[in-house]
Amino acid sequence: MMVRDMRAAGMLFVAMAAITGVIYPLAMLGVGDIAFPHQVHGSLVRYRGRVVGSVLIGQRFRGPRWFWGRPSATAPMPYNAAASTASNLGPTNPVLRAHVQARIEALKAANPRAHGPVPEDLVTSSGSGLDPDISIAAARYQVPRVAEATGFARGRLERWIARATVSPAAGFMGEPVVNVLKLNLAIARARLAQRARGG
Amino acid sequence: MKMAIESLFAVIVAALVLGAPLGRYMARVYAGDTFWVTRFLGPIERLIYSLSGVRQNDEMDWKRYAVALLTFNFFGMLFLYGLLLWQGDLPLNPAHFSAVTHALAFNTAASFVTNTNWQAYGGESTMSYLSQMLGLTVQNFLSAATGIVIVLALIRGIVRAKTRHVGNFWVDMTRTVLYVLLPLSVVLAIVLMEQGAPQTLSPYVHAHLIAPFTSGKARIAAQTIALGPVASQEAIKQLGNNGGGFFNANSAHPFENPTAFTDYLQMVAMILIPTALVFMFGRMVGDRRQSGTIIAAMLILFVPLALASMRADLANNPLLRGLGIARSHSTLYDGGGNVVGVEDRFGVANSALFGSLATATSTGAANSAYDSFMPLSGLVNLCFMQLGETVFGGVGTGLATMLAFVIFAVFIGGLMIGRTPEYLGKKIESFEIKMVSLSILIMPLLVLIGTSVAVDFAAGRAGTFNPGPHGFSEILYAFTSTANNNGSAFGGLSADTTFYNVATGLCILFGRYWSYLPLLALAGALANKQKLPANAGTLGAHGPLFMGLLIGVILLVGALNFFPALGLGPIAEQLSHVHVLAHAR
Repeated sequence: MMVRDMRAAGMLFVAMAAITGVIYPLAMLGVGDIAFPHQVHGSLVRYRGRVVGSVLIGQRFRGPRWFWGRPSATAPMPYNAAASTASNLGPTNPVLRAHVQARIEALKAANPRAHGPVPEDLVTSSGSGLDPDISIAAARYQVPRVAEATGFARGRLERWIARATVSPAAGFMGEPVVNVLKLNLAIARARLAQRARGG
Repeated sequence: MKMAIESLFAVIVAALVLGAPLGRYMARVYAGDTFWVTRFLGPIERLIYSLSGVRQNDEMDWKRYAVALLTFNFFGMLFLYGLLLWQGDLPLNPAHFSAVTHALAFNTAASFVTNTNWQAYGGESTMSYLSQMLGLTVQNFLSAATGIVIVLALIRGIVRAKTRHVGNFWVDMTRTVLYVLLPLSVVLAIVLMEQGAPQTLSPYVHAHLIAPFTSGKARIAAQTIALGPVASQEAIKQLGNNGGGFFNANSAHPFENPTAFTDYLQMVAMILIPTALVFMFGRMVGDRRQSGTIIAAMLILFVPLALASMRADLANNPLLRGLGIARSHSTLYDGGGNVVGVEDRFGVANSALFGSLATATSTGAANSAYDSFMPLSGLVNLCFMQLGETVFGGVGTGLATMLAFVIFAVFIGGLMIGRTPEYLGKKIESFEIKMVSLSILIMPLLVLIGTSVAVDFAAGRAGTFNPGPHGFSEILYAFTSTANNNGSAFGGLSADTTFYNVATGLCILFGRYWSYLPLLALAGALANKQKLPANAGTLGAHGPLFMGLLIGVILLVGALNFFPALGLGPIAEQLSHVHVLAHAR
């Protein structure tokens, strides 16, 4: 009886490992390659012939001409897409308050013409450190600065924001968000077109 | 709160609507019925049996069933341990990761074989594609199936009479993987891919940034994007209540959980099989009132706690008062709240709800950083685990623990009315109560002893990341999660040390096998008994009265065991928040 069960344990494990660990993932690989080739390879975005990122993975944008994403807690640099992590700062940790305070100061210094309170998601780090989105409020907060630095009319920036916005499915699933890379690529493309016309 | 309530409602309704037919389907599968699915997959099933020399009608007594389970799990653990130690020399390792340490390999193998999926590592910076697929994905299936077969044996013990036999372990495992877990995973994996989860063996991608930036003194002009066979692992991770992320950020990572829609599906997936099993149980014992009573008891425990967690996290953090920040979404939705560690596309309400579902089931997945939850939301996570994973619970093991509590409640009820306690025609006597007590009481012992040992040693205290009561909560959470085979964490804790790898690894193993082997013994004992017809003096294990008794027993055991520890952690932290409030500008 025991010998029979040892054989069963060994062979069944081999069979199950082959089915769930080789055949199943490879079959999904095949289905994905045929049906969703863009998504299964990381939803990559190209610009001027080069891969410039993934539409699902956030990037760090600084400088006056770009819309900024959320702070990122990844190491050694922000938005390290090979080492996702959150800050894990607890809700009563004084370090959290110090970080948020420093970010608010930097944000206000960079956006002197912005008015109203600072959107909270622009000064707190996300769960993955790779959040590709910001809230609509966070995008609008930056419009005066970007308009001034790029020369694009505010109305135009607002339209790009609307185009990069995803609304919650069925009304309750998630929050309306603006994809930062899409939004900034719209700016980059428009500037490219402007330069092409100008020169 | 309106959106939060809508979300909660939508998840529960979907789980009930899908769970009922799935439960019916599972009852047919385990009864060995021939219908269209078994005609389609039957040849594969029979091929597996002939390869492994399994005879379908070779019924086992509980001891042989338990030994088979342990042998099978031991083989799995050994294989995974070896794979992790040798991954540096094996193929499909495009990022060239070296072998993991012995302590981490032990911890990870124990963790994945037992359906815990506690992770002291970051997936995308530690594991090769081969380890993820052939190591971790395989165990995601097999550990979930192991949980389900435990409850199958227990249900058969209740249904059968005057027999030693509780089923054939090999047949139960094969059917669970082939007919239940695999088809569901294929469907979910395809939806996840459509929404954006990668499924590839290509190496990590280097993207050229359109806006290079400086970090420290370095100029960063490129971004390395980790990829892999994510969708196939993600699907079973949620459906099998495993919860071990492909990436370090788990379901907060945009590749694991690309959209708010996938987030909703992941939430439903976590409670789908646990719900279906309750329906299956009602069918198998031929008394559907049992399903209704258990589901209702689960919901009565789940809904208020989940709502409390969402409400606490939607409140603004008093620590950040006076800084002039706004709730970012307040103009459109009642989002906002404590967005630290939360992904914008999910928002706070859906993050707290995800946390409740991941801890009420044994999934332990996370779509946000639980360490940054408001104290009371973290408390709800802890409570769900400390109730012994009975509210939905793990696939299989959750219902098994729930049935242990049901028998306990029947026993107490019997004592109150002075009748011999019986459950579905089976007399509950001293052996049964001993096994139930053993199963229920081992977990609190592991949690409380583990936590006190860690707090007493420098190596344990050194792991904490946040100061004050929150640091204690991190340690308490670690032992609560591992002893309950949950796997979620207050992620600030430095868990990849020899101390924590060994301590949590042992908690995981004892929490799994010491809790569930007694239930297999219980299955054997119940199967041996004759079935008594119900009479006027029988305390029916259904209806509101019994449900109240059951909930009372679960809450009493949970609350009395853990209240002092919770007082030192999240409750003390919440009170210090009141202090902050009083002194904020």
